[in-house]
Amino acid sequence: MRFTKHPTSHDEADLTPMIDMTFQLIAFFMVLINFTEAEASDKIKLPDSDLARPPETVPEYRILMSIVEDGSILYNRQLIDKASLLEPYLTRELSEARAQRVETSKVKVIIRGHKDVAMGKVQDVMDVCRNMGLEDFTFRVGERLRASGSARFIPSD
Amino acid sequence: MKFRHKSTADQKVELQMTPMIDIVFQLLVFFIMTFKVVVREGDFNIRMPASSPSSSTVDDFELPVRVQLIAGLNGVLQDIVIDDSDSLSGEATNNPQMYNLLSERIAARKQGGGNIATELEVEFDTDPSLKFEEQIRAITAVMGRFGPNGELITLADKIKFKDRAR
Repeated sequence: MRFTKHPTSHDEADLTPMIDMTFQLIAFFMVLINFTEAEASDKIKLPDSDLARPPETVPEYRILMSIVEDGSILYNRQLIDKASLLEPYLTRELSEARAQRVETSKVKVIIRGHKDVAMGKVQDVMDVCRNMGLEDFTFRVGERLRASGSARFIPSD
Repeated sequence: MKFRHKSTADQKVELQMTPMIDIVFQLLVFFIMTFKVVVREGDFNIRMPASSPSSSTVDDFELPVRVQLIAGLNGVLQDIVIDDSDSLSGEATNNPQMYNLLSERIAARKQGGGNIATELEVEFDTDPSLKFEEQIRAITAVMGRFGPNGELITLADKIKFKDRAR
């Protein structure tokens, strides 16, 4: 009996779809990665609001302050116990702003307060800032989406 | 001279896929591990010029609506008093109702202003013990409301806080 010898063949898996999918996933995560996460802190749970919308313009100079539930202030990853201790840090920020030719009144103070912090603590921070000549404040809150879909904006006047 | 010609017809150039797949999976794992769903954040702007006793500017032309937020136990809202006289706790049974009433009062003030170009300013006088969350709800109530078709109607144009040094 005669046997024919078949050439040995390598069974190769087709990797193209897997590589396609993997690159798609990488692209997805790269686009969605949030580099501003440094601002966020696990200690701060923001209150939310229907009307909060992301800012449309970028401030010329901004100072970000987070207020923890017990009233201490998280500034540049440093925990500061009392608002009155903020002055040296603010002085440094303002000199930096002046170096960038930004007027003190145009420096925006962004306050990220924990939802349960007492307003007295928030106002203490605002008072210290005001004493330094700052007057433009922003309360940062979480955006709460309405179930009825996106709202249309109608100015009242 | 005789050249030995080696046929390349049956030679197959194979790309080494293994290192690439290794790296690609490393990248994928990195992005999956660092991925965090973050809620979008929004802003409420508050303009508070530095306190000066004789700051008689255009801002003072229209008197602001004064909204007093009174805190109860644990920093929860207990009462809202508008212009030192109109207490809302008597009309509302719970806090959401009180915020709705506040929004209605501000809307009425806005419409009753006559001159439609007038900017409405609200000055908050907040109890120091009130929770920040309650303050944000009050700001939301005075800043605007949603109409029947889901459209946003703006109410107060400016928000400020009572100068505690006064």
